[in-house]
Amino acid sequence: MKPPLLASRIEATMHLIPCPYCGPRAEWEFQWGGEAHRPRPDLSADDATWAQYLFERRNTRGPALERWVHRYGCGQWFHLVRDTVSHEVLAVYGVEDRPPDLVVEPTP
Amino acid sequence: MRSGRYSAWRLLREGLSGHRGWGPAWRSPEPQRHYDVVIVGGGGHGLATAYYLARTHGVRRIAVLERGWIGGGNSGRNTTIIRSNYFWPESAALYDFALRQYEQLSRELNFNLMVSQRGLLMLAHTPHDVELGRRTFNAMRLNGIDAEWLDADRILSEVPSLQPSRFPILGGVMQRRAGIARHDAVVWGFARAADSFGVDILQGTEVTGFRTDATGRAVAVLTNRGEIGAGAIGLAVAGSSTQLADLAGFRLPVTSYALQAFVSEPLKPFLDTVLLSPATGCYVSQSDKGELVFGGALDLFPSFAQRGTPPILEQVVAGLLEMFPTLARVRLLRQWAGCVDVVHDSSPILGPTPVPGIAINCGWGTGGFKAIPAGGYLLAHQLATGQPHPMAVPFGLERFSTGRLIDEAAAAGIAH
Ligand SMILES: Cc1cc2nc3c(=O)[nH]c(=O)nc-3n(C[C@H](O)[C@H](O)[C@H](O)COP(=O)(O)OP(=O)(O)OC[C@H]3O[C@@H](n4cnc5c(N)ncnc54)[C@H](O)[C@@H]3O)c2cc1C
Ligand SMILES: [Zn+2]
Repeated sequence: MKPPLLASRIEATMHLIPCPYCGPRAEWEFQWGGEAHRPRPDLSADDATWAQYLFERRNTRGPALERWVHRYGCGQWFHLVRDTVSHEVLAVYGVEDRPPDLVVEPTP
Repeated sequence: MRSGRYSAWRLLREGLSGHRGWGPAWRSPEPQRHYDVVIVGGGGHGLATAYYLARTHGVRRIAVLERGWIGGGNSGRNTTIIRSNYFWPESAALYDFALRQYEQLSRELNFNLMVSQRGLLMLAHTPHDVELGRRTFNAMRLNGIDAEWLDADRILSEVPSLQPSRFPILGGVMQRRAGIARHDAVVWGFARAADSFGVDILQGTEVTGFRTDATGRAVAVLTNRGEIGAGAIGLAVAGSSTQLADLAGFRLPVTSYALQAFVSEPLKPFLDTVLLSPATGCYVSQSDKGELVFGGALDLFPSFAQRGTPPILEQVVAGLLEMFPTLARVRLLRQWAGCVDVVHDSSPILGPTPVPGIAINCGWGTGGFKAIPAGGYLLAHQLATGQPHPMAVPFGLERFSTGRLIDEAAAAGIAH
């Protein structure tokens, strides 16, 4: 029997991400869009506040709230709760929605 | 040294007596209640910090706390490239200091780091690559770093095994002093030398918290083996930096990603330099055993998993085959990943933290193996004197509020 091609073997092991519009699709169709729920400071905020907003990250180890976009698909933005250790997707919610109850609201 | 000096004569003598005379290269002591300096993280940076604290600053009571085994983090997982072909003068000074140390450290540490200055060639495949390559070449020359611009004919005669097809080679920047070193040897060499100065290397010791005094100064670390008092604390935990900062109560501009590495089955020698091809997304060298050691870009999303994902695997393998189509039937032996600490400007963070008593060395991301001697030297200076070394000043945390970033995205890119 002919062994399967590398590409199809990779496709078979591909991590699936549930797009709320298209359903589960392979991870490389998506782009991680950064940490979710980060309110932009007021324009008059001082440098330290801007530095916090622009650069400091929660960089959560475990369930993290993230923005994602289905870049090579429907192009829509949405939110994931994703475990950054197991890569398991724990919840999906809309781009304008608050995180579901299963996670503690993060401090900004 | 407890393990005795290593030499050809010693090897011969031990060989004649059945190799029964070699002592362990470092002790495994019980933790003491208090140290002048406690370093968290037993990777290259933590161990080098301990070594320079003892050797350069004469600090005597030092401990390195490692939750697993030394070198079990990124220092034992990298693709071992050393180089100083950076763009900005601040970075060139830092990385070339490290490279100059590597050039003589085997002798200084009495441990063979297997430094092989086989050169690193960054290929240009498009007219845009050529312009960027020339820019890098010029910046390196201005920074006083050795650099050569090689044209296509020269490259194909120096690396005759290259078979460019879809990505023609138009030229490249060569740094002859760059190359590779043995990653485990760097960890073990610094560990053995630090131990010989009396540094306690505490493996299996995980820091789970910090204790501060009434003024807010960190005065002790909490560990699975009890509380350990510290005159000063240094953090060198790479991909875990955010988690240690969380425990201490401050935030960092760090995001942790998986970075993968790949090793092929051994082949006859055909590649005697390090090749880096940004356009195909792959860099590669051939080890002394004949295996191809190669890698490429970061994984696509943040991860603490220390294992890579298939899309990057496929992209990197494809990049290798663009350069060497004849390798198509060669098998992969191993694949793994480390958890790297990525910062917005691809430059490290060195210096004090918002918590008095704690200094940090992190943010090396995909490229801190080459910098181990510098990172250790500079964190040691900070911990011993309470002041950043002039070479470290531009890399302090305050650059994120002053906006004086040191953007090395091009030099960091896929080039680790
Ligand atoms: C696949 C890959 C390829 C790379 N290729 C290159 C390359 O070619 N050239 C190059 O220059 N760089 C390369 N790098 C980057 C380089 O490996 C790292 O920048 C460097 O090793 C970081 O060293 P370190 O000592 O800071 O961290 P590490 O070696 O990761 O050490 C940190 C240590 O801290 C320990 N730790 C974490 N939390 C705790 C705690 N709570 N208590 C106690 N201990 C703790 C960890 O167990 C770990 O051993 C590569 C990295 C990877 C992953
Ligand atoms: Zn979609």
